[in-house]
Amino acid sequence: MDIKVLGPGCPKCKTTYNNVLEALKQTGTQAIVTKIEDIEEMMKYNILTTPVLMIDDVIKVKGRVADIKEIKAFLTA
Amino acid sequence: MFTWTQKLADWLVYSILGIPYGSKLGDALDFFILDTIKILILLFLITSIMGLVNSYFPVDKIRNFLSRNKLFGLEYLFASTFGAITPFCSCSSVPLFIGFVKGGIPLGVTFAFLITSPLVNEVAVAMFIGLFGLKPTLIYVSSGIILGMIGGGILGKLKLEKYLTPWVRGILKNAEKEGGFEEEKKSFLQRIPEVFKEAMGIIKGVFWYIIIGIGIGAGMHGFIPTGFFEAYISKENPLAVPIAVLLGVPMYSNAAGVLPIIQVFVQKGIPIGTAIAFMMAVVGLSIPEATLLKKVMTWKLIAIFFSVITIFIIISGYMFNLIL
Repeated sequence: MDIKVLGPGCPKCKTTYNNVLEALKQTGTQAIVTKIEDIEEMMKYNILTTPVLMIDDVIKVKGRVADIKEIKAFLTA
Repeated sequence: MFTWTQKLADWLVYSILGIPYGSKLGDALDFFILDTIKILILLFLITSIMGLVNSYFPVDKIRNFLSRNKLFGLEYLFASTFGAITPFCSCSSVPLFIGFVKGGIPLGVTFAFLITSPLVNEVAVAMFIGLFGLKPTLIYVSSGIILGMIGGGILGKLKLEKYLTPWVRGILKNAEKEGGFEEEKKSFLQRIPEVFKEAMGIIKGVFWYIIIGIGIGAGMHGFIPTGFFEAYISKENPLAVPIAVLLGVPMYSNAAGVLPIIQVFVQKGIPIGTAIAFMMAVVGLSIPEATLLKKVMTWKLIAIFFSVITIFIIISGYMFNLIL
């Protein structure tokens, strides 16, 4: 599984990133987690609001913090 | 609507805590409890309403609407109004800027959105109603929107494209109209839990700012004599507005932290227009925002952007003082 967290390093983006790590730990899922903080890189994904949570190149949550519960739901879906 | 909160605050302070009526401490504490309850309720109401509006008009939809339609000048009004209803997060301002430019939306229209978004937001509106009442709030919101329109219009006329960073100019060249926006098909009832969750998230984010802001405000309220500031800043002093605005620009705080303090300033004799102009400068323009924008604009453009907005905030300050 390939998970990306997009955001220019604001507190909300960091929370999202930590929530992803926690959700992975709790579900015992293996995944590559990348944090994309560079704006030029970020804009390739055609987003408008940050933070963005992408799983296998599909935008799951944008413009808000994804909480651990809902990330776990994405992971086990 | 809020008489019961006044009763509740009085009862807590004077009956339960037994603080003598009319004492400075009692005054300050009463004020603190009253304002905190009032503002938290209003904040919940306004964030929920705005959240619901946003759920039906997400920023992607707005961008595509502005990108596809020829609006004959009305696009400034739309962009500015949309900026007001979209929740503001400074970390989203750069992706938003690029996203708009990429969709072929003119620079001026993008600026209109960018100007209004931090000025008029759910937190500011809720606190404004709680602290100043409905009429000043309506004037604040409409002048925020007008400020965005005029500011965006003027910045658009200045042909500033050449001052964008090379990377953004590249995007500008390849700009294309955005296609339709795939809307999430959700019923009203399905949207409600999400809207509430968002609202609670926003309140949690500003909660301590509000408490601290109201706390400082309450302390000042009880201890600064009425008319204290009048000696220094009066309506007659023509330089008061520009000085307040220039002091506000480098400061950075959200509306939640500044507004309760501003309310006390107003009660103690600072003209409301001067106070609002100061607040606009604090929330609308900031050094951290400038450094974020550095990614997409050259310093020259940031300087032009900030100067135009500063001038218009100063003008609005004078106008508020005339009409309020």
